[in-house]
Amino acid sequence: MNMLTDAAVEEKLQSASKPGVSKMVGKDVTVHYGEKQALFGVNLEVPEKQVMALIGPSGCGKSTFLRCLNRMNDTIDICRVGGSIMLDGEDIYDPRIDVVELRARVGMVFQKPNPFPKSIYENIAYGPRIHGLASKKSEFDEVVETSLQKAGLFNEVKDRLHEPGTGLSGGQQQRLCIARAIAVSPEVILMDEPCSALDPIATAKVEELIDELRENYTIVIVTHSMQQAARVSQRTAMFHLGNLVEEGPTDKMFTNPDDKRTQDYITGRFG
Amino acid sequence: MTDLTAMPAVVDSQSRSLFKRGERTRRRHAAEKRFRMIGLAAVIFGILALFGLLGSILNNGASSFRQTYITLDIHLDPAKLDKTGDRDPEALRKLTTFSYQPLIKMALDALVEGKGVSVEGLTSKDLEGMISKEAPAELRRFVLAHPSRIGETVTFAFLADGRIDGYYKGRVTMATAELDRNVTPEQLRLADKLKDAGVLATRFNWSFLTAPDASDTRPEAAGLGVAILGSAYMMLIVLVLSLPIGVAASIYLEEFAPRNRLTDVIEVNIANLAAVPSIVFGILGLAVFINYAGLPQSAPIVGGLVLTLMTLPTIIIATRAALKAVPPSIREAALGVGASKMQAIFHHVLPLAAPGILTGTIIGLAQALGETAPLLLIGMVAFVREFPAAPPGGFFDPASALPVQVYNWTQRGDPAFIERASGAIIVLLVFLIIMNLGAIFLRRRFERRW
Repeated sequence: MNMLTDAAVEEKLQSASKPGVSKMVGKDVTVHYGEKQALFGVNLEVPEKQVMALIGPSGCGKSTFLRCLNRMNDTIDICRVGGSIMLDGEDIYDPRIDVVELRARVGMVFQKPNPFPKSIYENIAYGPRIHGLASKKSEFDEVVETSLQKAGLFNEVKDRLHEPGTGLSGGQQQRLCIARAIAVSPEVILMDEPCSALDPIATAKVEELIDELRENYTIVIVTHSMQQAARVSQRTAMFHLGNLVEEGPTDKMFTNPDDKRTQDYITGRFG
Repeated sequence: MTDLTAMPAVVDSQSRSLFKRGERTRRRHAAEKRFRMIGLAAVIFGILALFGLLGSILNNGASSFRQTYITLDIHLDPAKLDKTGDRDPEALRKLTTFSYQPLIKMALDALVEGKGVSVEGLTSKDLEGMISKEAPAELRRFVLAHPSRIGETVTFAFLADGRIDGYYKGRVTMATAELDRNVTPEQLRLADKLKDAGVLATRFNWSFLTAPDASDTRPEAAGLGVAILGSAYMMLIVLVLSLPIGVAASIYLEEFAPRNRLTDVIEVNIANLAAVPSIVFGILGLAVFINYAGLPQSAPIVGGLVLTLMTLPTIIIATRAALKAVPPSIREAALGVGASKMQAIFHHVLPLAAPGILTGTIIGLAQALGETAPLLLIGMVAFVREFPAAPPGGFFDPASALPVQVYNWTQRGDPAFIERASGAIIVLLVFLIIMNLGAIFLRRRFERRW
């Protein structure tokens, strides 16, 4: 039942400052939507080049926390964020930070596949174009090909790169969105229930892809599927009612959680 | 309540059959049938009313596109037109239309004599009255444009007088001619003879679309040229002003403006502006653009500005609806790859909203094209015979507008103007239909699914 104690937080933050260990660190993160508070002081570290799964019942704040990590909550007028979130030791909520730069480094894949209603090629090339990562046609071709290859989609779509991305199947669309996120060479990829709209076969492909991407990217994934969290993540964080219940290695979380609520949730007794 | 009481307390499964209709089911079906009949009746009524309206306009107005002409060989007598013989343009300009009248009279006399048509019971004044009063002016314009042709004999097709023209369109009969001071049955009989001789003919009337308005006494010469040009100028001004302003305002309100009391007030007022009677905009235009800013009366620039004010709410409301209809997932996708807010809007949201924006704009323009009341107040109802110059200077010249021309013609005494007014309505409707087809085409062409 023990929440993270202050001492434990201190200890965690100490380790967070070690380079190459924690990519992002959230400290006392609070979020209000108008009068309603959605997060109550969450302290969480995202380890570098690992997959971290955020689990918890609906409305527990895990998606809210995820969206704080690349400031997508800025688009909601009534949303206020407190506390601090560091990316490589820099506070991403510092007023001097350009949110465009942040989002180029912290990409996002959404719950519903949302390719632009443009060609597959344009979907991928858009990010590099606005960030000036490529200028010549050949450079764009290369970015598009490598991104699609990394997303495991290239062989399926290489003959129809100029057909609309919306014409692909749901699973292909989601991998296209992942490829689009990869194309701007982010360091962190946030995924908000990326498989909830997909069938089991497409889900398996995306999970496989996540596992491969771990080698080069830090990934945070929100999921409602316990099996998915167990399959793809190295660390798991359990949220409940806007609080972080506990966080630890996935193996331990699923076999021997410290908190009874985690145990109950994982075994399906509530949530 | 009736539904509840009709429900059987105990359902006996033995007595139930899918082939037996219960009381409740029967009543429900009856209600549905009734509703469908009422709906169908409403649609049929609407269609009949529309066809009735269009039918009467076409019936009255179609004939204005055809006009009766009398072909005359006019000898441009130098003794009458250019006594000095030096073709001095200044001297030629001094000759009024009165000097040309005798030439037409001579030609007419020669014609009836040559064709051997009897002119019993007709004075020479009656004979002249068969030709439009516009004819001498037309002759004068020709001579001023081609002074070198003085001395030659040139063939002209002059408009026949409005009453003669009306005779061939069924508006004037022998019986009405008896009572009419402007035409006699003898004139009509002569017209028939001239028609047999191939001198008088009815054919397509381009001048209805190109000629300027004409005075009360010569309806046959009245055309829509100035009105069409004036309307076109105003539409140009409305488009150029209201589209960028409307779209910019909508994008700001929809995407950037904070939600607070001020923006709420602005929003409510835009919705209210769309419902303000158009004549109020006319008064505003009169007070602000003419009295205060000192812009000229009857000018397309003032009309265009007033109509812009009227069209803006329509465009803003349509544009905001189109922007709202773009799914937020597209915005998020763009922001998620690091696009700035403006990039997300201009690269992704606006192209998807474009069909809706264009449709709204065209509908707003169509509304502005048909608007009459505000134009009356800013003086566009004036009788204008001079074509406005080419833009941009022409925006400040007096001009008329299509709906105002319709209004203007319905005010005139001569029944021939009723035909003209209906013809002008047809022209207006054709423009509106073209614009609406354009809106439909753009919507189909650029509509994307996501």
